[in-house]
Amino acid sequence: MPDGSLKLRGRVRAVLGDNIDTDIIYPGRYLNITDREKTAEHLFELVYPEIRAGLQPGDVIVAGRNFGCGSSREQAAAALKFAGAGAVIAASFARIFFRNAINLGLAAVVSPEAAVVGHASACQPAARPAMLAAGDELEIDLVAGEIHDLTQDRIFPSAPLDPRAAELLAAGGLIPYLKRKYIDQRRNPCLDTV
Amino acid sequence: MTLAEKILARASGYDRVSPEQIVIARVDLAMSHENADLVRKSFLEIGVGRVWDPSKIVIIFDHRVPAESEKTATTHQAIREFVAAQGIEHFYDVGRGGICHQVLPENGHVRPGMLIVGTDSHTTTHGAFGAFATGIGATEMAGVWTEGTLWFKVPSTLRIEVEGELRPWISAKDLILHLIGRLGAAGADYRAVEFDGPAIRRMSVASRMVLTNLAMEMGAKVAFTPVDEILLDYLRPRVPEKLATIAPDADARYERVIRMDAGEDLAEPVIACPHSVDRVKPLSAVGEVPVHQAVLGSCTNGRLEDLEVAARVVAGRSIHPRTRLIVIPASQQVYREAMRLGYLETLVAAGAIINPPGCGPCVGVHQGILAAGETCVSSTNRNFVGRMGSKDSFVYLASPAVVAASAIAGKLAHPEAIVKEAEPCLTEV
Ligand code: SF4
Repeated sequence: MPDGSLKLRGRVRAVLGDNIDTDIIYPGRYLNITDREKTAEHLFELVYPEIRAGLQPGDVIVAGRNFGCGSSREQAAAALKFAGAGAVIAASFARIFFRNAINLGLAAVVSPEAAVVGHASACQPAARPAMLAAGDELEIDLVAGEIHDLTQDRIFPSAPLDPRAAELLAAGGLIPYLKRKYIDQRRNPCLDTV
Repeated sequence: MTLAEKILARASGYDRVSPEQIVIARVDLAMSHENADLVRKSFLEIGVGRVWDPSKIVIIFDHRVPAESEKTATTHQAIREFVAAQGIEHFYDVGRGGICHQVLPENGHVRPGMLIVGTDSHTTTHGAFGAFATGIGATEMAGVWTEGTLWFKVPSTLRIEVEGELRPWISAKDLILHLIGRLGAAGADYRAVEFDGPAIRRMSVASRMVLTNLAMEMGAKVAFTPVDEILLDYLRPRVPEKLATIAPDADARYERVIRMDAGEDLAEPVIACPHSVDRVKPLSAVGEVPVHQAVLGSCTNGRLEDLEVAARVVAGRSIHPRTRLIVIPASQQVYREAMRLGYLETLVAAGAIINPPGCGPCVGVHQGILAAGETCVSSTNRNFVGRMGSKDSFVYLASPAVVAASAIAGKLAHPEAIVKEAEPCLTEV
């Protein structure tokens, strides 16, 4: 979100199940890649390589509960962002992934109403499939907490972003945020009080 | 207040805090491993020049030690240069430390009441020392290196009270895997967990670390075991500073209290089956599973007591021809002690190979990677698809005793089936 907009538009690229862990999003074997842009090449590589192949800028990934569980690896969020994903909508997120996403300027949208609920895998159907379907065009208002599915013409609620996260996303992530705070305004962090 | 609330209140300058409140807290310790290189890049991008406090940053190489590739060697080199340039005081290079979560407490960096962040999800381990300790990402850590502070949402707390006594061959690993199976991989998401009760208070510090380490696999933000005499005895010789004790208030509010009996609820060892940590079954329900590789190590189970029990199981026996046993002491200190006590000799005599202290194949990047179709029984903490190598390999998580027994049997096995009761115990020297 380079423009720092808190309203997004995008198409649903894929709908996944619960507990999509960080090894699925970004395999551990590529952890020594430290160029954020290059992480995009390995997004979902082991299990869902097809997702990346057709990913258009602004596309949205939809998943179930506990998206991004597992490791603290920031590459999982970076790979999504630099592959062009505009947002991830999930029933819930693992906390480190959620923070990593916001810090890198990738919208992480919590909406059990719109996402898959229950396991969805080859051997286990979901308790309730996602309301959003691959290919749907969405308009997401992060602050109001609304996902407008233009294709189905339905609106789903999402958790409104808390002000702290909204501030970071609007700035484009933590790095530009801190840069502005300390460099552009020439302040010394050591003199700051809590 | 709960332990989590007390520590966050102190660190953010409030008398009281309550769940859902957002606070900005001062960080007492900021730990990174090789991903310090990512932190370094984000930090340089921000551009403030100097880290906020070089005495509060600890950097430990553990994921790829010694460097397995030119790429890693270059990363190590860049971090070493950064450490020197910034005057970072606590740096554990190859051969000096071991796995970050073992090195921190072993070297006296962790004290009750501290607020610790680490660029590693299993930073929750340090709750075994009464610290509020949690994992963050690399860019967020660059923010900590810049400001020395971080925002937190105060978590609600889940309290788990364990009565009774663990049966023979049942360990802290079985207890926590059992709980993860019950609560699910997201069962403690965003929450703090307090483990307490007589069964916990009898545990060694090493065993308590298994609980707080694996609490991460049910989503916990932080996890604690009690600050008591057993813990203080561990800390006293290691920590120069005065030690404070800390305990939750009697009227602390919990979101949920779970009670269990270690003896009754855990009749036999449990296994987390591929490919998720919450697919937990009693060993006898898993069926016949031939094993190609057995791994004993990691920040979960690579400590002295783990090597001791494994040595006891394999003593005087040979590892099954189809199986290889990889043993990785969690740190240099563990390595030396295990050598002195003869555990390594026993393990190697049985056919094990010893890897240098570090993460080993736990995250699939170093010495001991699995091929397609291979099955591994491992004392580590994750069994995700492709975690330890090929996406077509299978990882079963188990206790050190079960890992050792399985290496002998060549298939998942109960230690009871290997060690007959009448045999003398190796540790009775
Ligand atoms: S041993 Fe495994 S889980 Fe522990 S820090 Fe290393 S890679 Fe992570």
